[in-house]
Parts: sequence; C-alpha cells; structure tokens
Amino acid sequence: MDSQSFKNSVKFLFFLLLVKPFIFFVLGINARDMDKLPKHGPAILVANHNSHIDTLLIMSLFPVSTIVKVHPVAAADYFCNTKLKSFIFKTLIGIIPIQRRVTKQSKEEMFKDINAALKNNEIVIIYPEGTRGEDNKIKDFKTGVAHIAKMNPEVPIIPMYINGPDKILPKIDAIIVPFISDIYIAEPVYYDDTTTKDFTLKIKSIVENLYLTHRRKETL
Amino acid sequence: METIALTSNVKICIAALYAVLGIITIVAYVISFIKKGADNLKTRMKSFWIIVLLFTAAFMFNKLTAIVFIMLVSYLALKEFFSMIPTRRSDRRVLLWAYLSIPIQFYFIYTGWITMFYLFIPLYLFLLIPLRMVMIGDTDGFLKSCGTLHWAVMTCVYAIGYFAVYFSIPAFVNPAGGALGFLLYILILTISNDFMQYVFGKTFGKHKITPTVSPNKTVEGLLGGVFSTAVIATVLAPFLTPFTYLQAFLVGLVIALAGFFGDITMSAIKRDIGVKDTGALLPGHGGILDRLDSMIFTVPLFFHYVAYYYSIGILK
Repeated sequence: MDSQSFKNSVKFLFFLLLVKPFIFFVLGINARDMDKLPKHGPAILVANHNSHIDTLLIMSLFPVSTIVKVHPVAAADYFCNTKLKSFIFKTLIGIIPIQRRVTKQSKEEMFKDINAALKNNEIVIIYPEGTRGEDNKIKDFKTGVAHIAKMNPEVPIIPMYINGPDKILPKIDAIIVPFISDIYIAEPVYYDDTTTKDFTLKIKSIVENLYLTHRRKETL
Repeated sequence: METIALTSNVKICIAALYAVLGIITIVAYVISFIKKGADNLKTRMKSFWIIVLLFTAAFMFNKLTAIVFIMLVSYLALKEFFSMIPTRRSDRRVLLWAYLSIPIQFYFIYTGWITMFYLFIPLYLFLLIPLRMVMIGDTDGFLKSCGTLHWAVMTCVYAIGYFAVYFSIPAFVNPAGGALGFLLYILILTISNDFMQYVFGKTFGKHKITPTVSPNKTVEGLLGGVFSTAVIATVLAPFLTPFTYLQAFLVGLVIALAGFFGDITMSAIKRDIGVKDTGALLPGHGGILDRLDSMIFTVPLFFHYVAYYYSIGILK
C-alpha cells in the first residue's frame, strides 16, 4: 500500500467510525439545501469560520467515499508547526497547508497544492476570513479565494453559511457543548472578469446574505 | 433483565395501529400520485414509519432498552431546544450540567426511585442551575437565562421522562393492558386528538381561537377534537385501561384540552424566536419537538390521572 492510499483508508475509517457518528448523533446538522452540494469535484467550498467544528461539519455532509476527496485548506503555521501535528492533520483530515505570511513566492507557487487538488477533481474547503472569529461576526474576506478562482475559472465556488459551531466549541474555550448546527448553501458562482477584489466582495456578500435571510432572534 | 409485559389486548392494538398506518400510507401514496406536488405527504409518512418502528423495537424487548430509548429522545429534544433558543456564551457550563441531568434523571426512573424522579428537576436542578450561574458571575440577562434553561429541562427531560416512568406502574393496576396499555392509550389519544382537531378545524373552522399564537386553530376544531377524543377514549378504555366509562370520558376531555395547549405553547415559543420548525430531524414534520409538543403536556398529566385513581404502589 502506498502512502496516499494508506492516508485515504485512515481518513475513510476516521470519518466513518468517529466523525460522522459524532457529528450526526452527538451534535446534529440541519442541512436544508443539500441538493446544492456538489456530488463530485472539482469544487471550492467557501464558508464563514468560527470553530474547528466547521470543517468536520462540512466534510460530514458528504458520503464517506467522497470525504476522502475533500480537503480543507489550513494554516501551515497553526496545523503544521510540529511534525506530529502535520502528520495527524494531513492523514486524518487531509488538509492542504497554506502559508499565511506574505512570501516572495509567486501566486502559482503559493496555491500549487490547491490547484493540483482541483486538477485532480477534488473538493477544497476555504475559509476566506483566514482565521476563526470570536463573536460569530463575518470578518473581511482575504483575496486568496479569488486568486484561486481566477486560476481555475471553470471550477464552481459554493458559498455556504454555518451557524452553530461558535456555540459548540468557540475559539476561547476547550470544552464541547452539543448544539445542532445549521448549514445554508448558496448557488455556485464562477469567476467572472471582475477584479479579484470585487470577486472577493461578491462572495462575501453571498455568505452575508445567507446569514441575513436565515437570521433569528439572537438575545432573549 | 425486566421484560415489558405485553397483554393480548396490547398486541392486538399494536397490530391494529400498523394496519391503520398501512392504510394511511396507501392513501397518501394514491393522493400524491393523483395530485402532483403532494410529495410532502410521502416524506411525512416515511418519517412516521421510522418513528413507529423505532418505538415498537424499543418497547418490545425489556425495560432497559425502552428507558434508554426515551433517554435518547430526551437528549435529542433538549439539544434541539438549546439550539433553537438564544443562549448566552457564558452559560456553556450550565448547559453541560443540564445535559448531565438526563442520565441522572433516567437512572432514577430505571431504579424505580420515583420520589427522586419527582424532585430532581423541579427542585434540585431548580437550585443547581442558578448556583452554577452565579459561580460564573455573568449577571447580564441572569433571570431570563435562568428561567429559560429551567423551562428547557422541565420540558425536554422532566416531561419526556414520564414516557419511561409508566413502566414503574405495577401490572395489577391494569390487568387489561399493563403499563404499556396506559402508554399506548395516551399516545393514541394525543395523536388522534391532533388529527381530529385538524380535521374539524379544516372542515368547520370559522372562529379563530388564538389569532396571535396559532392562526389556524379554531373554536370549531377544538370542540370537535375534544368531543371526538372523549368518545375515542371511552371506546378504547375497556380494551387498554381499568377505567370506567365515566372516568375514560373525563380523561378524554382533559387530554384533548391539554394536547391543544401543549401544541399552541410550542407554537408561541417558535413565534417568539422567529422559526417555523423547532428543527429538521424528521423530514416532513420538522423537529422532534414539533412532534412531541402536545405529548409534553398530555403524557405527564395522564400519568397523574392514573396515579390519582390507583395510588397504590405509584406514589409510595
């Protein structure tokens, strides 16, 4: 067994035996637009980000056979700062590490792994806020997703809004409290001929719109 | 392992329920075949079958599986409630305590420690929730949060716990149906009451009864539901319960009213928060609380009706 198929089998079993039962029984998802979820790659999923749970929720929406082809893009400085962490997250979750610092690399070099995954008909999750939020507010989106879209104009971008994980496991706490999360999925968009800045704003407004349409009472 | 006694009447009743559900399913499929776009009816029936099959599977074996099943229902309901309402970030530890009350409460039910079952949530948790909250120290919205959390636990743990506490009723109280006979009786009455109120409301409904809470409810629907539920209660009584006709007729009236108020209470909460359904667990129905809303009122009430007449061994 080569190392890639070993990683895939471990990830397959991890999601089948642990993550999916945990997400669907202990936590729970109210997914209401499941038909808008892509059946296969390539695709870029874009979501707001408040908790590590976000990633497990989005991935659990897919059948386990597809999950091995879903890769969250994750900060290299956080998830790969030690060899052990890097190995664990790359094997169990299948993350694609990315540098958050400005480097001298070209954009093609920086997004090399993401582009390769998309070429390989895989699905990539990106949180354009760049980090977890602390108050369930949607922060400004970084332009990375627009650059990737520009390099892959035929790949659909599926914006989604997640509500709940900031209550389950917020950035400031280490204890999990069960809540059912809501996931709202928008129609796919493709890169148009606007600037990367405008395209970023467009995606952000779609995610914000999902939040505003489904907003409910937030204080007693 | 304590098994659940199934009298022949209860077996016949379960078989009859499956037959009725089968007929309704066929009708639903015919309707959705004739009228295009009535697919919601089909998903609704599918969910119904899953609920009924799970219920029978859980209650056929023994007391422990039945109680564990109700405990899981209680967990799903409480989680749904906490996810629906706004909660304070500072109350995360309090919510964990509330979840922890579920296994404790069902332990009391399983061991037959009925006094603790009665006291644990209305008294001890009533004291423990504010205790944990003052230890955290966030006073902004303290009273609202305290009240909401206790209401949630009363609804989703205490009231739902009554489903399981029926199994503590000794068999001699109900020779015709046993403990399961009482439970079947109240579930049939609550569900048929929901249905009858809907049918009478659709057919004769004119005068709105609670325009601000639930605009679809009418005086005609309520009266029709109350009367037909009382009749069904009287007809079913000798089969599943030890009640006289008069006792059964009275219980039918009380249950129908309680079911109505349980229903509109949950509607009022949903309206307050601004959601249509309490969740999306049961396709075609909404959330688990949407299905349990009337039972949260009727099941505990009926238990105490039984306990009032046959207090021997229940209130000890």
